[in-house]
Amino acid sequence: MAIGVTNAPERIRSSGSIINDPQVRGIFYQALTVIILSVLIYWIVDNTVENLRRANIASGYGFLNSRAGFDVGQSLIAFSSDSSYGRALLVGFVNTLLVAVTGIITATVIGFIIGIGRLSHNWIIAKLSLAYVEVFRNIPPLLVIFFWYSGVLSILPQAREALALPFDVYLSNRGVAFPRPIAGEGAGYTLLALLIAIAASFIVARYARQRQMATGQRFPLLWTVLGLVIGLPLVTFLATGAPLSFDVPVAGKFNLTGGSVVGPEFISLFLALSFYTAAFIAEIVRAGIRGVSKGQTEAAHALGIRPALTTRLVIVPQAMRIIIPPLTSQYLNLTKNSSLAVAVGYADLVAVGGTILNQTGQSIEVVSIWLIVYLSLSLATALFMNWYNARMALVER
Amino acid sequence: MSTHQATFVRASMIEAAPAPSRESGIVHWLRTNLFATPKDTALTIISLLVLAWIVPPAIQWLFIDAAWTGGGRGVCATLAQGGSQPDGWSGACWAFVSAKFDQFLFGRYPLEERWRPALVGVLFVLFLVPMLIPKVPYKGLNAVLLLAVLPIIATILLPGGWLGLTFVETPLWGGLMVTLVLSFVGIAVSLPLGILLALGRRSNMPVIKMLCTVFIEIVRGVPLITVLFMASVMLPLFLPQGVTFDKFLRALIGVSLFASAYMAEVVRGGLQAIPKGQYEGADSLGLSYWQKMGLIVLPQALKLVIPGIVNTFIGLFKDTSLVSIIGMFDLLGIVRLNFTDTNWASAVTPLTGLIFAGFVFWLFCFGMSRYSGFMERLLDKSQR
Repeated sequence: MAIGVTNAPERIRSSGSIINDPQVRGIFYQALTVIILSVLIYWIVDNTVENLRRANIASGYGFLNSRAGFDVGQSLIAFSSDSSYGRALLVGFVNTLLVAVTGIITATVIGFIIGIGRLSHNWIIAKLSLAYVEVFRNIPPLLVIFFWYSGVLSILPQAREALALPFDVYLSNRGVAFPRPIAGEGAGYTLLALLIAIAASFIVARYARQRQMATGQRFPLLWTVLGLVIGLPLVTFLATGAPLSFDVPVAGKFNLTGGSVVGPEFISLFLALSFYTAAFIAEIVRAGIRGVSKGQTEAAHALGIRPALTTRLVIVPQAMRIIIPPLTSQYLNLTKNSSLAVAVGYADLVAVGGTILNQTGQSIEVVSIWLIVYLSLSLATALFMNWYNARMALVER
Repeated sequence: MSTHQATFVRASMIEAAPAPSRESGIVHWLRTNLFATPKDTALTIISLLVLAWIVPPAIQWLFIDAAWTGGGRGVCATLAQGGSQPDGWSGACWAFVSAKFDQFLFGRYPLEERWRPALVGVLFVLFLVPMLIPKVPYKGLNAVLLLAVLPIIATILLPGGWLGLTFVETPLWGGLMVTLVLSFVGIAVSLPLGILLALGRRSNMPVIKMLCTVFIEIVRGVPLITVLFMASVMLPLFLPQGVTFDKFLRALIGVSLFASAYMAEVVRGGLQAIPKGQYEGADSLGLSYWQKMGLIVLPQALKLVIPGIVNTFIGLFKDTSLVSIIGMFDLLGIVRLNFTDTNWASAVTPLTGLIFAGFVFWLFCFGMSRYSGFMERLLDKSQR
């Protein structure tokens, strides 16, 4: 008690006036920010409520159940103009995922090829890869989409004069028509066989790793897995009497009938996103491989490991540690860039949402759905990245 | 006894013989770079074949078969399509680009007023070029001219409406001018705002830190197009009745906020890379927070992340093309608008226009990335 009394005035004297106390200042600034923000938010909410009342828009998500009244060009799940707005948004989301997943696969393949090509000792390959990266990195993705859409696909011949490619594939300004596989009776067994093969592969891989840890012997894993995943379904497929037929597109008088058609909107978006993102992935791959120090290769050679094995067991695992985090963010970028679909009329989440927004005026609700969907995708990616980083991080002693 | 008698002693050194032909010159280069192994040889031959398959037709299409002059779609259409070219012809329609060139630069800005954006453009180049050359003196004055005087001149000249200048509303703006104004403002706003956000995210004050983090993560988590939609449909809802924002201004706000969030993450990377001793050293010298950041930390941090900053600038420049989706006519938008011009509609017009627009975008972005590489090397040298 006595100490407190004697100390208190001294502390104040030593730190000068209360205005200069950093802690007090911090609390003051934060309180000020909160107050200003609250006033701003109150003002915005007040204005919004007033504006909505004047425009006669009922807020809330009830509109999701009412009839959409518009059609979407391409959809993986059943949709007609009688379906609800909610279903339309679901169609948009599925379409976003479709173009994102296919785009990610192609972009990764092209990106890895170009990225490795940039490190090639072959002068032409290195320069061609460099040219690819420099061209696609420095052009807006939207322009690449239009390049495919109005520059290339729209000047293809009409549907009745479609270019015939091998395997009954037709190319026209309405997109690509290809034979649609129709599963016959017993096709389910093939699918089942495939699932079993995949499950078996995991078990074999586990066993192989354990055996190598215990005995040091390597197991021909790649061939076993390939044999399982391709062989088992194939045998089942043939054993059940090849229950598969094709609905082949036929050139009619005005249009192609039958088969499956992928529209030019999807193709141009898919190609543009793949080519554009591949340029960035190539740079990431190059940086990752260059990031593995030369000593690692030399040490592996000194141990007598063959070059192919060195690449697979020494360089790639270490390069992947550098590559994966930026790669995931590129995947996320591709997913976000798929919203450019609205420019060519591919019915993705943003395009469908934009149509609904124009029809109903429920802008806050639609924008909130966009935010939630894209933020969840980002969050999921971030979680995956953290998990992967924790798994792959360098274990230092 | 015979004495050893030398009959010949070389008095001078022999000239070094040239390296064997396979170890030097073009043959050596070819052997090591193109035909080192059988696999290399195969790759080289395949690439050469692909090049031979692509490049000559491309040159043929772009230059040799191209229609360079003409006053309408006739020069770019075949006889069957109602033009003057022979059937089966296909080539670039540069006549379209040259006829529409002024529009591609200024959009639908009134003809008699186009000296205004042109003057701003000339001033921009005049102020920017000496800024970019490290040897030119008076950088401080130059920065003031570029970042303070030029924006003021531009805000007076471009919209007009005072000093006897006719008012030109922003829906009439277009072309490269819009692209450049959007990028310039975006860059000028996003760098300081991004630095502030990055500092806020690393602040000790929990409220500030949380606000900055939430803002950065939300903006980075969504596509730019939704931000632009938000700026164009939600901003009017948030404001009181009667208060309206110009559409162009709304796009500017959207693009700038979007770029700031990305910039903040780049700057944060730089801030994290500065050793703790620098912060503590500044503290022990008794510097205030802003002195510490402005004099000690930020100069080092920003130098570290120049490539990231320029990449964000390049991304911003490319992203300005998205405003064409919300109904504004930037370079890409105005090029696409002209595809619908019946006087020029032909099969090759879209491709030509897009190649032109792509080339312009490419020039700017490539220039920026090259300049950043140059700056990086320059600063790197001064560090040693």
